[in-house]
Amino acid sequence: MTKAAWIRLALLAAAIGGLEGACRAGWLPRTAIIPPTEMAAGGWRAVASGELNEDMAQTFSVVAIAIMVSLAGGFLVGFAIHGRPRLRRALDPFLGAYYAIPHFAFYPLLIVLFGLGPGPLIALAVMFGVVAMIVATMNGLDRVPRVLGKTAQVMRLTGTDELWRVRLPAALPHLFAGVKLAIAYSFIGVIAGEFILSTKGIGHAIAFAYDNFDARSMYGLILFVLLLVASVNLTLHTVEQRLIQRRSR
Amino acid sequence: MDVHASLRGVTRIYPARAGRPPLHALGPLDLDLRRGEFLSVVGPSGCGKSTLLDVVAGLALPSAGTVTFEGQPVLGRVPEGIGVVFQEDASFPWLTVEDNVAFGLRRAGTDPAEVRRRVDYALGFMGLADFARAYPAQLSGGMRQRVCIARTLVLRPRLILLDEPFGALDQQTRLLMGDELLRLWRETGATVMLITHALDEANLLSDRIGVMSARPGVWIETVQTGWPRDRDSTLAARPNFGAVSARLWASIRGESIKALGQAREGAGR
Repeated sequence: MTKAAWIRLALLAAAIGGLEGACRAGWLPRTAIIPPTEMAAGGWRAVASGELNEDMAQTFSVVAIAIMVSLAGGFLVGFAIHGRPRLRRALDPFLGAYYAIPHFAFYPLLIVLFGLGPGPLIALAVMFGVVAMIVATMNGLDRVPRVLGKTAQVMRLTGTDELWRVRLPAALPHLFAGVKLAIAYSFIGVIAGEFILSTKGIGHAIAFAYDNFDARSMYGLILFVLLLVASVNLTLHTVEQRLIQRRSR
Repeated sequence: MDVHASLRGVTRIYPARAGRPPLHALGPLDLDLRRGEFLSVVGPSGCGKSTLLDVVAGLALPSAGTVTFEGQPVLGRVPEGIGVVFQEDASFPWLTVEDNVAFGLRRAGTDPAEVRRRVDYALGFMGLADFARAYPAQLSGGMRQRVCIARTLVLRPRLILLDEPFGALDQQTRLLMGDELLRLWRETGATVMLITHALDEANLLSDRIGVMSARPGVWIETVQTGWPRDRDSTLAARPNFGAVSARLWASIRGESIKALGQAREGAGR
């Protein structure tokens, strides 16, 4: 582990330890926040008891679908726009301003369009994630050296082969920024959507605990979601670093 | 004369773009590339040498004129039998050296045993056998360029086009790579067209050298070197080597000054 990683770990441990101490000493009201050890215990209990299996299944399946649609859709749309410079110039201001839009405002419309099931949640999460992937795809393809495209032509690859065998792998390290954002945004979209409007899912379970002053379950589930997203991000970061390392000259 | 590839009245004009007028980059020019010869093309910077290579390869269409390879017209698609090595590093950084070299063969659906045989030969030929499992990032610039040459070699092209392939290498490596290129040319019997700005390199490697004018590039002279087919970089020690280089420079000097003026004009625009 690098020195910077040790410092990061020490800072995190200090923050958790400080919060634990402050809670135990009674400096922070227990109605507002509980010690991290109790959060962990609450999260473990909620997950291990099996009470949340249905909620977790709903959340993870919706997140997985949203991620797949965001990544695949974002890549294909990004690729299509990349190949049309005029369209790209026309769309650039919209893409730049996209994340200023309050996406949740569209939730009623999404319910009208997709019904009361997981459809609106998937749509909301995709709305969050897909544009990050579109932008990352275009930026990634910008960085693919022209000579690789020429090499593909010399090898007489078809357009599809060139895309999958040359352009996509060449752009992959640059796409990772989009992949990470699309995954994070998909989680945010789904959990936040469930929190406000769903009757199932981890977001709903957190909201339910909040409404019932069940701080242990609420913080436990928040911690669970945090750890989950952090683990996914850490895995992606490791893969990204390996890719960059393999290619850095 | 057995003509392998031929150009007739080839012109390349880049259309007007972003307020800039159309750019007449090349031609009109004619060329007969003889089967099995080593032809180099030299000329001042920006004279259209790389454009010429793109047109011959089928990577770009001429604005006027015709290109044929083995009697067939080249119509904006690289014909089977042509291999190109570029100046820029074109190795695929996500693949190992052997996968890079095998890439084209696998895409063409070649039998795996044949792929193995050809890749092993090419790696051995280019001195890369010990680096088969390495990634391009682990190699020097010269070795990466050898990977690209090996990747071209395995496809057994009958016409090899090289666009300043040693441009980014130091002088000593260039000389050694030149020797390897000559060995490759002799052993494969392929026709080679080399684009270079290095006059000594063109002199050392070529049977014939085409000298191009400043933009729009047209032929101003063709120099026959008269070197034996079995040659290497020790040729540079011959007394008449300097005379050929001097002749090339005399031919190109005025054009280089003109090209410098064009570049300044372009920068001031």
